[in-house]
Amino acid sequence: MEQAIWAENLTKKFGSFTAVDAISFTVGQGEIFGFLGANGAGKTTAMRMLSGLSFPTSGKARVAGFDVYKQPELIKRHIGYMSQKFSLYEDLTVQENIRFYGGIYGLSGAEIRSKTEQLLQELDLEWIAKSQVQSLPLGWKQKLAFSVAQVHNPSIVFLDEPTGGVDPITRRQFWEMIYRAADRGVTVFVTTHYMDEAEYCDRISIMVDGRIAAMGSPGELKRDNNVPSINELFVRLARHTSSNM
Amino acid sequence: MKTFWAFVKKETIHILRDPRTLIILIGMPIAQVVLFGFAITNELNDARIAIFDGSKDPVTIEIADRLTSSGFFQLAVELKDESQLEQAFRHDRVKLAVVFPPEFQDHFFREDSPQIQLIADATDPNTATTLVAYASAIIRQYEQEKKGSATLPYAIQTEVRMRYNQELKSVFLFVPGVITIILMLVSAMMTSIALTREKELGTMEILLVSPLKPAVIVMGKVIPYIALGLANVAIILVLATTVFHMPIRGSLPLLIAESLLFILTSLALGIMISSRVQTQQVALMISLMALMLPTILLSGFIFPIENMPWLLRAISHIVPARWFIVIVKGVMLKGAGMAVIWKETLVLVFMTLVLIGGSVRSFKLRLE
Amino acid sequence: MSIYINHISKSYGPVKALDDISFEVSKGELFGLIGPDGAGKTTLIRILTTLLVPDAGTARVLDLDPVKEFRKLRPHIGYMPGRFSLYQDLTVLENLNFFATIFGTTIEKNYHLIADIYSQIEPFKNRRAGQLSGGMKQKLALSCAMVHEPEVLILDEPTTGVDAVSRKEFWEMLARLKERGITILVSTPYMDEASLCDRVALIQNGHILQVDSPASIVESYDRPLLGVRAQNTLRLLEDLRHYPLTHTAFPFGDSVHLALTGEQTDGELLDYLQKKGHTELAIEPIAANIEDCFMELMTEKIA
Repeated sequence: MEQAIWAENLTKKFGSFTAVDAISFTVGQGEIFGFLGANGAGKTTAMRMLSGLSFPTSGKARVAGFDVYKQPELIKRHIGYMSQKFSLYEDLTVQENIRFYGGIYGLSGAEIRSKTEQLLQELDLEWIAKSQVQSLPLGWKQKLAFSVAQVHNPSIVFLDEPTGGVDPITRRQFWEMIYRAADRGVTVFVTTHYMDEAEYCDRISIMVDGRIAAMGSPGELKRDNNVPSINELFVRLARHTSSNM
Repeated sequence: MKTFWAFVKKETIHILRDPRTLIILIGMPIAQVVLFGFAITNELNDARIAIFDGSKDPVTIEIADRLTSSGFFQLAVELKDESQLEQAFRHDRVKLAVVFPPEFQDHFFREDSPQIQLIADATDPNTATTLVAYASAIIRQYEQEKKGSATLPYAIQTEVRMRYNQELKSVFLFVPGVITIILMLVSAMMTSIALTREKELGTMEILLVSPLKPAVIVMGKVIPYIALGLANVAIILVLATTVFHMPIRGSLPLLIAESLLFILTSLALGIMISSRVQTQQVALMISLMALMLPTILLSGFIFPIENMPWLLRAISHIVPARWFIVIVKGVMLKGAGMAVIWKETLVLVFMTLVLIGGSVRSFKLRLE
Repeated sequence: MSIYINHISKSYGPVKALDDISFEVSKGELFGLIGPDGAGKTTLIRILTTLLVPDAGTARVLDLDPVKEFRKLRPHIGYMPGRFSLYQDLTVLENLNFFATIFGTTIEKNYHLIADIYSQIEPFKNRRAGQLSGGMKQKLALSCAMVHEPEVLILDEPTTGVDAVSRKEFWEMLARLKERGITILVSTPYMDEASLCDRVALIQNGHILQVDSPASIVESYDRPLLGVRAQNTLRLLEDLRHYPLTHTAFPFGDSVHLALTGEQTDGELLDYLQKKGHTELAIEPIAANIEDCFMELMTEKIA
């Protein structure tokens, strides 16, 4: 089976500064992969390369079967993206947001209509389909944003710090949505600096100073390093490093 | 007092560490004066004129000759008949028409005040007044040479007629206008932005929680902008007098004092705006719409107030810039002193007091 | 008593941000206000820091009324707002100097108060605040909030958006400040930070769910709680929801926390799950954590 994401010695330099330093990893189809690191550890840079937004300085990578150098446009068409900060237009209604994203991914009118109906039904949002997004609670917005990121049935979804600030129940409902997506075969790539999110992933990597300092399933990593939580492992790995200065 | 200066220092650092904005703030008055200035002087090279000579005697021929050889004017048409004037303006696009009456030479030497008509296209009033001024100067010079400089008043009467915009008043209108706009921009817009920036950053929360008095916060923030405003006045005046030889006929200290007054008016407006909005973007929009537009359009800078419909004319009374422009024009161009401009000054003082009172009151001690 | 909150309510238009909130914070206590975004944490903090006026109820901070005696109160509060609220274009030293001066003091005079925190960023004192890392910004903000020797420190989500290492260091700093007798009220959306406080108030949708020490809150959880693991977590979750004794089932990382309505007889659950075809099963009784308690309290509130 083809890997959803395959990276080998992927490197990005900005002048003399190496933001991402020869990272290698693979993510299987349908896997939930947590990409952890402090702010400035190189997460965002790595994710930009993988989503076709910036070219690597060196190294190789294939995403959804496409080459990051030669086929960035095809990559963009086959991935979904959701960030905590931005994804939905607050002054558009729920329905308008879904239609808009369907439109920019080139869905036909009929597809958009049926997809809108399907999403509203799945999310139980039919009764407020015509409300502006800004009137929704944060948790609902996040669920809607996650669905909208999959409006074009991408095989990989990138989530950038998806669940910060919501209450614990809503957060678990959100993770249940992620599990469901993975169950359908969608690969979920989560970048975050909240270490407790890591525990929900099938496999995680911890980035420190542009390098991958640890990789494996949360259970394995905790067992191998003899720590009670990923949080503690992270603190141990990242303490007294330059990204922390 | 120490806290106050700490505040002023901090604000000054903000301004100095943002070189892009600073360059715009200093560069804008220079750019405006130069643009306005050269837009006018450029027109003066080889401006197209029409001449109707009803005398065709040596005097009129020489005057016409001096006009066309001055470099400022270029003879576009020689009219056979006064009725061709309209045609000359409309079709030959002349900017100025010079009309000599019959038997000009006889009148000239008999010293019974012959009249030359100068008819200008005043759709562009600044150009028109400048053209008329230049033409008049050339005629005066001719007269002086012929009769000696002692014979004042001048014998030749130039009758000036402005076509299409007969209300036009004065040359160098643009300098008072530029001073007004720049001061409004620096003082009102920049302070409203600087104050809302604190709200956006969240630092306003800490300032409010500190023992600082609101008056100290506001004063500390605006003082550097007063300095910046005065610097702009200086830049504009230096440029206007050196590059464009504009006179300052009245008292310079008075002019600066009046500018300071107008800066205070504008600052108060800026503070009022900032107390009502939460983001820099909104502050900028409101400053532009509610302050800059009236300042440009309703102050008499571009459109003469006398020609406005009564409603706009009425509204113009509450635009501070309207009064300030009158003051600057009076002091700079007419050499007016307090005796002449006391009314406008009083209006501005009154406005400033009301606005400062209002802005201090509207400054919120809390977040709501 | 350092902070006293009595039946406070506050609305923004139709939205009730705070609904009849009451609790107290003792002198020298490290008190956590714990709840998700939109729970009302910031509103409550702004009321206590004199920045907002409540619609109903009263509050007292250091025995002063934040509404009527705000001028007297303000100099005694150290406040760190939710956003990074320092001047990005000023250097570390310039920021600290400015805040010392506006509170009528100097860095030299109160250096001993901030030495512990400030010494860590002092090597970068000529760097502009905007160029600091998240953790260093926090240290600077805390130094600025402490420099005037406040008796009570009120911090609004100081650890949000900050990486785990900086979070840990920040809580270590708070613990040292507490040792010096400063009362600290800190809000956070991270449930795991509750255990670092002396006492916490759990807050959700403008309501206080519970106020107590973290240990007592966890102890007061009175349902049987099981940690259940299986090969397929999603299917496990779905099947557990249909188990007759299930009260709630929530995913917790790679396991599911299952709260029961009553004690199960031995092996009953294992049997049920095996019949559903689950493999790699592991079931063990576990102690509740703050998040379990928070969710239980939320569920009770809804019911």
